[in-house]
Amino acid sequence: MTVLLVALGAAVGAPLRFVVATWLDDEVPWGTLTVNVVGSFVLGLLVALSVDADAYALLGVGFCGGLTTYSSFAVQTARLGRRGTAYAAATIVVSVAAAALGYTVG
Amino acid sequence: MRASAALCACVAAGGAVGAVLRWSAGEVVPDGSGFPWTTFAINVSGALLLALLQGLALVRRSPAWGAALGPGLLGGYTTLSAYSEQARALLDDGRVPLAAAYVLGTLLACLVAVALADTLTSRREPVDAP
Repeated sequence: MTVLLVALGAAVGAPLRFVVATWLDDEVPWGTLTVNVVGSFVLGLLVALSVDADAYALLGVGFCGGLTTYSSFAVQTARLGRRGTAYAAATIVVSVAAAALGYTVG
Repeated sequence: MRASAALCACVAAGGAVGAVLRWSAGEVVPDGSGFPWTTFAINVSGALLLALLQGLALVRRSPAWGAALGPGLLGGYTTLSAYSEQARALLDDGRVPLAAAYVLGTLLACLVAVALADTLTSRREPVDAP
């Protein structure tokens, strides 16, 4: 049961990330940055709300985990050369702040 | 590349498998309350595999496989939301050095993994435009 909820959440989150990244990623990967920040906010919110295990599997592990990506973030950072530092710092600082905001709101 | 419906379906399928792999790893070895080693290992291995994947002929030839394996499988396998939420939780607990070690340690390990993958696939670094 849980495994299906995780799969279902990711089957929505991952293509949503793909659409936003294809649309907004340019020399600076604005799309990937956006989904990583939004997913961090939503996960912080879910943790604060202490949603039940099924909702967490669907929305937290599945949707937020599928919406966000560390692999693309890391490869983009490496490929951006000198601007990679600014991109990595922005992603990390804003994502952790977004998780904190979500946690505070929730 | 355009995010066509067919490519989105490939990403959805790959993402579902990747997320289940990530969840399974967390079930076998939960992160616990200290350094989140499981998420660390997932993100570093995912970054290594994504960089390796980009050197594969299959991915260059087939947009469908590229989407299913890259943004799909490895995008769904790795997570930035858990990483930032774990950092948030460690900071809230006042464990600032551990949070910093986790945040920077993951990033540095991933960059080393990508560099290693590039060496293995002898990918040339893009040269900045003059």
